[in-house]
Amino acid sequence: MCGIVGLYLKNESLESQLGQLFVPMLIAMTERGPDSAGFAIYGDEVADDSVKLTLRHEDENYDWAGLAKRLETAFSTKVDWFQNSKVAVFKLIADADDAIAYLHENAHDVQVMSAGKSIEILKEVGLPENIVEMFKLSQMKGSHIIGHTRMATESAVTMAGSHPFSTGMDLCLVHNGSLSNHNRLRAELKREGIHFDTENDTEVAAGYMTYRLQQGDSLNQALEHALEELDGFYTFTIGTKNGFAVLRDPIACKPAVIAETDDYVAMASEYQALTTLPGIENAKVWEPEPATIYVWERGDK
Amino acid sequence: MKTIDLATQTVRDLNQALHDQAKECTETEWEVLNPKGQHNLAVGLDQKLKVDIKGHAGYYCGGMNKEADIVVHGSAGQGVAENMMSGSVRVKGNASSSAGATSIGGLLVIEGDAGSRCGISMKGSDIVVTGNVGHMSCFMGQAGTLVVCGDAGDALGDSLYEVHIYVKGEVKSLGADCIAKEMRDEHIEELSQLLKRAGVDEDPHAFKRYGSARQLYNFKVDNAAAY
Repeated sequence: MCGIVGLYLKNESLESQLGQLFVPMLIAMTERGPDSAGFAIYGDEVADDSVKLTLRHEDENYDWAGLAKRLETAFSTKVDWFQNSKVAVFKLIADADDAIAYLHENAHDVQVMSAGKSIEILKEVGLPENIVEMFKLSQMKGSHIIGHTRMATESAVTMAGSHPFSTGMDLCLVHNGSLSNHNRLRAELKREGIHFDTENDTEVAAGYMTYRLQQGDSLNQALEHALEELDGFYTFTIGTKNGFAVLRDPIACKPAVIAETDDYVAMASEYQALTTLPGIENAKVWEPEPATIYVWERGDK
Repeated sequence: MKTIDLATQTVRDLNQALHDQAKECTETEWEVLNPKGQHNLAVGLDQKLKVDIKGHAGYYCGGMNKEADIVVHGSAGQGVAENMMSGSVRVKGNASSSAGATSIGGLLVIEGDAGSRCGISMKGSDIVVTGNVGHMSCFMGQAGTLVVCGDAGDALGDSLYEVHIYVKGEVKSLGADCIAKEMRDEHIEELSQLLKRAGVDEDPHAFKRYGSARQLYNFKVDNAAAY
């Protein structure tokens, strides 16, 4: 069992409250997932020639300033960065692949949690309420956010097994369920050049989405392919730079509920996670249909 | 009327207060405020009570109900009225999956849509859904009546025993051993009575009836020799 939650703002004036609105949603899903929690928040977008990296180090006193200096020298650019608990967000003018390759080679004990223009992924082992406090989620701003509370089944209760998973630029995925064909699919995707950090089934789903998008699929097309290729039980919520999507497998054993108002679209494993949202009493609330793709993206409002 | 506000009291307080009425009934009308999608509201009741839940309910609302009349003034999560014995549960909004699962008696009315597996393994209750039902509804249904005023999803009535299914709209597909059947006078009569009890204004002649073809393993007397 796990809990998943997502909040996508249609009304831009609410962006300064995104974290504040999301904190009770994530905490409400503690009963479904008390062992680790995480979220991917989208906002504070960097320019086209730049990349934003979310990095993590086990040591809270890690020398991020030193790493920033080394990157500045290597890429002849200024690095804009800030630290948040064990995580640091780095913004620099560079190609994402080059920057990640540099980090793998020169700072191999630094984990790259996410890379993109907008995404920041923050996750840790522990109770959701402790994790939102650790990262000061209530003060965060952005356009959309997806989160996960985990009760581990397919792999250990570790940082590596906690969600969200990101395997491509600005893409991330959270999952309630279990996939049964992840080993074969992982092997196939590795041959196609997709990199995996863990043995976790959800990372394979994220990797699959990255692969399809690399093949030129739209988000909708990638999810249609996912319905054919992924075997198992799942409710997914997927974040991209411009929006978010919800997909349930054709059997739809894993719960999901969506609420929509003029101001936002919210999804959760259970309605309990939506009760604190403004105007929820009059929101359109429904259960997403099995094998049906729901996408909300900026630009097609 | 007695009011229980779940903003200040727990679900256990609510259920205990309702259970206490089974021994000695001192109050028949109950109102529940701020349910906010909490699970197990008004479960295991065993008294002629009237319970109004003012908002959305979580999982298993009204489960195992005996005699009480429960109204959810909102939507309900999975397994509403599961294993109901008698009485009634009415959902003003939508219901999630497995509504009325294994229910043995009583009346379940869903004024919106029901999700997948509505009436799964029902054993004698009557279920009336004003909207649509999802896939695998009435799977292994043993006895009772399922009425769907909208459409039914895939595999309706798979491995059905003796439930009478009436659907007004489209059926996406029928499950194994479920077939369309002739609508005879006694069925029109049965459906009319049930729609009336449910307070649903529909013309019984607009419905089609579905039932078991009785061709699966359990219906073959020859297989009795295996025991």
